[in-house]
Amino acid sequence: MSLAARMMTARRRPGRWHWTDMAAYAYLSLGVVLMFGPVLWLGLSSFKTQAGLLEFPPSLLPMSQREVAVPGQSQKLPLYEVTMPDGSTRALAQLRRIGIQAQMVDPANPGEIIRVPIDKRTPVRQFRLATENYTEPLERFAFTRFLWNSVFVTIVATIITLIINSMAAYALSIYEFRGKTAVMLLVIGTLMIPITIILVPVYLVVTKLGLVNSLWAVILPGAATPTGVFLLRQYMLTLPRDLIEAARMDKASEWQIYWRIVMPLAMPALAVLAIFSIMWRWNEFLWPLAVLTKTEAYTLQIGLNAFQGELQTQWHYLLAMTVVTLLPVALVFVFLQRFITTGIANTGMK
Amino acid sequence: MAAAETDPRPRGADAAGPVAGLLAAPLALLMRLVDWPMRALQRAVGERRMAYVFLLPNLGFFSLFVFLPLVINFVFSVTGGAGLFPSERPFVGAQQYAYLFDCASFLDPSSCREDHFWRGVYNTARFTVFQVTAMVLFSLLTAVVLNMKIRARGFFRAVYFFPVLLSPVVVALTWKWILQRDGLLNAAITSLGGERILFLVDPSWAMFWVVFVSIWAHMGCYTLILLAGLQAIPADLYEAAEMDATPRWRVFWRITLPLLWPNMVVVIVLALIRGVQTFDEVFVLTGGGPGTATLMIVHYIYETAFANQVQNFGLAAAASVVLGIVLFALTLAQLAASRRKGAA
Repeated sequence: MSLAARMMTARRRPGRWHWTDMAAYAYLSLGVVLMFGPVLWLGLSSFKTQAGLLEFPPSLLPMSQREVAVPGQSQKLPLYEVTMPDGSTRALAQLRRIGIQAQMVDPANPGEIIRVPIDKRTPVRQFRLATENYTEPLERFAFTRFLWNSVFVTIVATIITLIINSMAAYALSIYEFRGKTAVMLLVIGTLMIPITIILVPVYLVVTKLGLVNSLWAVILPGAATPTGVFLLRQYMLTLPRDLIEAARMDKASEWQIYWRIVMPLAMPALAVLAIFSIMWRWNEFLWPLAVLTKTEAYTLQIGLNAFQGELQTQWHYLLAMTVVTLLPVALVFVFLQRFITTGIANTGMK
Repeated sequence: MAAAETDPRPRGADAAGPVAGLLAAPLALLMRLVDWPMRALQRAVGERRMAYVFLLPNLGFFSLFVFLPLVINFVFSVTGGAGLFPSERPFVGAQQYAYLFDCASFLDPSSCREDHFWRGVYNTARFTVFQVTAMVLFSLLTAVVLNMKIRARGFFRAVYFFPVLLSPVVVALTWKWILQRDGLLNAAITSLGGERILFLVDPSWAMFWVVFVSIWAHMGCYTLILLAGLQAIPADLYEAAEMDATPRWRVFWRITLPLLWPNMVVVIVLALIRGVQTFDEVFVLTGGGPGTATLMIVHYIYETAFANQVQNFGLAAAASVVLGIVLFALTLAQLAASRRKGAA
């Protein structure tokens, strides 16, 4: 604690380094490695071939054995560097391996077959990105379906959330009406009831509505959010009342006031809620896991989880799909970090 | 109309443009169409009572998906049978609760009739204690360091923050890949001459990594809350302390910590509430294993209601009610804490 105390109170004078500065930078550098490292490793690994992923110890960069076309051979052959009996080294392509002997040819002189003990050859490796990890799942698996489901859920749920939450926030910020306090208490009440404790009955409601295994079962239960109502209401309370009164004088309907005046003015708060809603929906796990049992209805998160649970985990596809799942959130982060950080610092929501 | 002339486009609206613009464009037409029935409605109920109309959709959703389920949860927990619909379920009174709490000794989960529930309770308690303690300490340390006059503060803050946005599945898979038998960590250990460790197969290691990964993923959020608190402490307090040549540890104990305390309480309670509900990352990382070493309460509820061969909705609902009571107590603490924060 006293270390923290010194760090807290350190005042760096120009040109003078205090030891706490060193400690701070050391801690931060460690943080960079620890926080970025795993994701970087995920990214690098996702470009390795299936064989490359099985290597131990793993190589840092995605490497794979170089292959050459040899005249007279229908397939490309793996290239090796071979130490010859006289001590010289040659680059040879391997035809086949028989026991501890390998039959090899010189790509420049394909007629002559050279027999080499297998311990005298080392694979020639080159840097190569196995982009097929990304392209093949898109063609072969239900992956595109998962991706589409996730995009659909995220967009539709966010639109619904923005509309109904802003309507409620509008009512709670602009009007005085009987039962306002009761409604506020109800909204606070929903804060205390996360999905984890009403999993079974929500499943019942969704079943009664005939929505099991439909994407609407994922979208609807979380559409109204207490945090969203509070965030928007807090912002709308700061809007000037004269504007609304002036609009009423001009015979604007209440709906027009909401849609044409309050909503545009509340744009910054709506943007924050939109970003959060996108994150919540894209990353949602427990509820979709409970309610979606058919593969066609899986979202990305559920699909990834199902894929990793298979007996023979195909890590080369799994890692690439994980990167794809991570990308939208990474983009949101890069461009909209400011909104998210202020949102969290102010409300503690996540 | 008034809106067009007086709309000052508050700051931030431009940056939000891409997101909001994409969503708003097709909606504009729809909203114009809605105006007609809304006007008719307004003529019928009057201007003031339109508030109820605006509240209706949200409250409808809340009733259908939160309040009604809360009631049904109790119904489920006092009825038995295998049916999903309450009409098919016979009333059994407190039998589900009795079953959950049927233990020879509450200190020993294996002596309980529903031993998975109690393992869930103990694992969750252990997880929460370790996780919250370490989380608070590391977020405090990180916030304090980030609050120093350092270069590239925005970058470092982003570094600690970005995992918060990753989905639990992505987080778990990223670490699973590192912790697996032939993973990066074991490569580092063997290159230093050590023996490979099966991190997710050894019960104690599995619990350690579950706590570690969860801190890795969520620390940024708490760091931000604490950092906001640190930045709100007036600088002249520190200047005054410096003029009096107050020792630094004393400054920390007497100025920083007391003024940061409301934020600390918020962080502790939030972390507790989330810790008790831990499921996602753990489920993907270890699947509750090895054995039941990292089985959490929410995992137990999910398993009992949905994943087991015989779905037992009543038992799951009873366990949910127990979890709900714990969360209720914690949330009351949070409300009390944030009210104090508002006053301070």
